Amino acid sequence: MPKRALDSIKVLELCHDVAGSYSTKLLADLGAEVIKVERPGHGDAARNSPPFFHDIPDPDKSGLFLYLNTNKLGITLNVATASGKDIFQELVKQSDVLVEDNPPQWMTEQGLDYHSLQEINPRLVMASITPFGRTGPYRDYKAYPLTIFHCGGEGYLTPGGVENIGRPPLKVGGFLTEYDSGLSAATAILAALYWRRKSGIGQRIDISKQEALMALNRLDMVRSANEGEVITRAEQGVPYGGVLPCKDGYTVFITWESVQWDRLVKFMGDPEWAKDEKFNDYAGRYKHGELINALLTEWLVNHTKEDLYHQGQAAGVPFAMVYSSKDLVDSEHLTAREFFTEIDHPKIGKVKYPSAPYKFSETPWQVTRPAPLLGEHNEEIFTRRLGHSREELAKLGAAGVI
Amino acid sequence: MDSLSGVRILDITRYAAGPQITLLLAFMGAEVIKVESMANIDHFRREESAVVFGSARASADCFNSLNANKLSITLDLSTTEGVELAKRLVHISDVVVDNFRAGIMDKLGLGYDVLKEIKRDIIMLSASSHGSTGPEKEYIAYAVTMGALSGLSEITGYTGGPPVIMRSSADLRPGTTAAFAILAALNYREETGEGQFIDFSAREALSCGIGEMIMDYTMNGRVRTRNGNRDDIMAPHNCYRCKGEDKWISIGISHDDEWAALCQAMGNPAWAAEERFSDQYSRWQHQEELDKLIEAWTITHTHYEVMTILQTAGVAAAPSFSNEELFNDPHCRERECFTTVQHPEEGELYVLTPPWKFSATPARVTSPAPLLGEHTEYVFTELLGIPEEEISRLVAEKVLY
Repeated sequence: MPKRALDSIKVLELCHDVAGSYSTKLLADLGAEVIKVERPGHGDAARNSPPFFHDIPDPDKSGLFLYLNTNKLGITLNVATASGKDIFQELVKQSDVLVEDNPPQWMTEQGLDYHSLQEINPRLVMASITPFGRTGPYRDYKAYPLTIFHCGGEGYLTPGGVENIGRPPLKVGGFLTEYDSGLSAATAILAALYWRRKSGIGQRIDISKQEALMALNRLDMVRSANEGEVITRAEQGVPYGGVLPCKDGYTVFITWESVQWDRLVKFMGDPEWAKDEKFNDYAGRYKHGELINALLTEWLVNHTKEDLYHQGQAAGVPFAMVYSSKDLVDSEHLTAREFFTEIDHPKIGKVKYPSAPYKFSETPWQVTRPAPLLGEHNEEIFTRRLGHSREELAKLGAAGVI
Repeated sequence: MDSLSGVRILDITRYAAGPQITLLLAFMGAEVIKVESMANIDHFRREESAVVFGSARASADCFNSLNANKLSITLDLSTTEGVELAKRLVHISDVVVDNFRAGIMDKLGLGYDVLKEIKRDIIMLSASSHGSTGPEKEYIAYAVTMGALSGLSEITGYTGGPPVIMRSSADLRPGTTAAFAILAALNYREETGEGQFIDFSAREALSCGIGEMIMDYTMNGRVRTRNGNRDDIMAPHNCYRCKGEDKWISIGISHDDEWAALCQAMGNPAWAAEERFSDQYSRWQHQEELDKLIEAWTITHTHYEVMTILQTAGVAAAPSFSNEELFNDPHCRERECFTTVQHPEEGELYVLTPPWKFSATPARVTSPAPLLGEHTEYVFTELLGIPEEEISRLVAEKVLY
């Protein structure tokens, strides 16, 4: 078996939302052992979220859950009970990292706050992921991906273009902000683990989803403070180009470098209008962006998106296509890079999943097991790992602890 | 103390995605040496950038946000001597990061095979838009085009409207992912003493953020598209106009208890008791009418008022904040989301603080982005021990240029 980057790391996950699950998936896919603790009965929230395999709701068949939990071991445990708490602490003792996404006071109320856990495991790295962080006036505020996307500053700027003023700001589709927060947390966890290797000391990490999104929009975030500029959706973000109609849908391109503009003009067969001196330099083109787009569109509508993408790139112009999920799966490029990987699951069989954007020469990303069924590893963890008897396990099950 | 004390990074990146990688590591205490050159200057230092951002100061501000905490040297890698000097820097570095297109580092004579001969345990990450293999490996891309290729544009926009282009965040997302990959490799190196090469693709990094949409296609053959602010299950779930110009509140309701709380907070209007809004699925089916009714209430309040009223009632509601509002927001103030640096040319500049709060090794903003070549002398004299007269010759011959 190939070597794995995080082979020696043991992670305990007590999360309900996408962000927490994604942070530990990132670690698990690089070799960390992740034990996912789910509530008995319903389990992780993602188990009840679409898309379901063949659209039939089933806690073991949610595509969201399956994607977020590859390579993890899954147990059910009610940590709000006394025996559940004891078992949880036994697991904490054996872990390098704990990731949780409960409301800020919840872990403290359970007696499972960082200080208590640090006493039983001084080397523990504990990451808490919450909508607004563990401090500040909004710390107990509730949030969903929609509200985070908007209060994190990116929604107000989406979509760009003057015609959108007067229409509501938009969220990017899906759970993007949750993935952002999970990634941010996983990055911080690896830094803390690196430092722990040198110092022997664990620590506490506070991750705010709002701040994770602001960090990705750092260029816009300080423009008001520094230049007094309130950026709105009236600014499209690109002087010309962007998404424009073509013969069979939409094309996308942008020319940041002047040489790319020259190549674009040549690619179009040197049209007369492009010789106009107001398009001579960058500032001129920027000023007349709308006019340029109108003129470009007249030409673009005679060409297909595929031709524009590949022939445009061959001519050195940064063209692209608006890919759907189907286009992604069908892409020759992504297929050649083996970006999609087939994973076999006991209840849904073989299905293609996105893999990862990094190819490590020594420690490849890999999936050794699909997402766990609800409580799949209870026996393995509770009896073989922690040494509880099967009778005890049965009693805990009957009491609703497991 | 810093988590990455003692880690030195040779940073051969430009634009936004690459600099974001090393920015995050610099926040954690790594020493980042940014390799620049008059022959191939970072976009944010160019005149075009000032046009795009409206002023030279705005452009410098953006550069500052992406390159705080770093050192800058001028080194022309298109010269033979420049490449030799780069190799000497590799010898004293732990990580090398570039964001050229596939194959450029090899052409420069700085491919991984060469670098690992110079330093056996070097970690090298090449962050290109399409990765270093595959038929499109030499294609050029930026945030806007990568956002489209990743699948994000297709699923973002008003229902029935055109796809939406992604902002600079479509560069910073992959940048963050690449920083994560480097940290994984650093941990592995501490454990085993082994370095490695990481082939990184920015468009793939963005596609990972729509995993469940891709699974909907691979499991069910369903292709998802734009649907405004709507959700598959939750309703109401939208942005509603509030008092003031271009002010909006986002509200999401996921179950009956939250719905009851919302109705009560609005003063239990008669329409809220109508049959068509009586359960979650009915509300989802009638959400267009529902949105209008809710907006008739939100428009009579400021977005801050609506947030306070609804959050007190246990409902997820937050304004669609502008950059100005976030800068002045009491929560962001208390969390110290913004700090200042003294920029040698622009004076005081605000930057966003790192998005993680570590209890033992706080990530920090320690210095403004460097001026072009500000640390050339320090790096070549103090770190490499090159005599001053030799430095003068290299400057005169446009190697350190």
